[in-house]
Amino acid sequence: MNEYTLPIIFGVTVGTIARAIMLRTDYRQYPTYLHGKVIHLALGFIAAALGSVAIPAIMEKEFTAVTFLTIAASQFREVRNMERNTLTELDGYELVPRGNTYIEGIAVAFESRNYLVIFTAFLTTLAYLVFNWIAALAVTIVIFIINRKLMSGSTLKEIVDISHSDIHFEGAGLYVDNIYIMNIGLPERQEEIRKYGMGFILTPKNFDVRSTIANLGQRQAILHDISVSLGVFRDSGTPALVPLIKRELDDGRIGVFILPQDHNPKKAAEIIGAVPVLENAIRMPSESKVNQKN
Amino acid sequence: MNIEKAILAVITTNSQKVDGGAPIFYCESKEEMTKVAANLEAIIDGISHALSDELYIIVKH
Repeated sequence: MNEYTLPIIFGVTVGTIARAIMLRTDYRQYPTYLHGKVIHLALGFIAAALGSVAIPAIMEKEFTAVTFLTIAASQFREVRNMERNTLTELDGYELVPRGNTYIEGIAVAFESRNYLVIFTAFLTTLAYLVFNWIAALAVTIVIFIINRKLMSGSTLKEIVDISHSDIHFEGAGLYVDNIYIMNIGLPERQEEIRKYGMGFILTPKNFDVRSTIANLGQRQAILHDISVSLGVFRDSGTPALVPLIKRELDDGRIGVFILPQDHNPKKAAEIIGAVPVLENAIRMPSESKVNQKN
Repeated sequence: MNIEKAILAVITTNSQKVDGGAPIFYCESKEEMTKVAANLEAIIDGISHALSDELYIIVKH
């Protein structure tokens, strides 16, 4: 035991707890129970250890020791690669795939959460060493609150108005409201779609949102999340039964056509509202210099 | 084999209307045509699209 032992233990513990809190398994069921979680808890522990030994290293004037944080960075980039590869591999076997944009978003979240753990451990150890354990505890609470904020992005209901809309056929063309979805030739397929299909119209609340919901990855994420939560009337070998989203070019609305097994429009609208806005789909035309000038 | 965006079969009741590269299935009636289209859809994993009342195509998307 020396003067650094307790602060380091404190930092490592807090960091690992932070990772555990940020590791939630919700409807996405990813990471899956136990094995997937163990991997991320172990990495979280390593991240916490790296973060908390940095301060004692500096205090002992071992400045070169800080370079191992760069090793940590490359290590966690590897985490992102691992997640991306796994999810991309699995995506081929989903009835309604996540899509690459969604996968990239998940992978980035895994990487960034490890950095949050490093910062958490770093700052709590610093507070412990400079002040005392009470200050460290206070810092812990503040950081946990900040982590919670950083963890949750915005959801679709903040950027679009969601309305339930009937689906209908004009000849072989399937429409949601006035948005053309696809051509369904067989009368029996049309019958199935009339029976199980459901339509929603998402109206963008402002101009920026238009490009965000037009993003194909964002659209696929919507379809995937609905299919996960409400089931999907689809199987391999029935390519005609496919949930789709098409765009109205005039005003940027999108028409969502889904085939849920749980036929509940209210629930479906809520689920669409809760779909995360993917970081990689966000566009801000209003921030461009030309738009700001005029 | 992976085919993307290709017309895999043409099903019609009017032989005057079709010619060319994809396999053509000539049917006597509309009922037969939809039956053949439904079977082909399942077999070749494509989607039946109706171009007109007498012409269906199966497309792999």
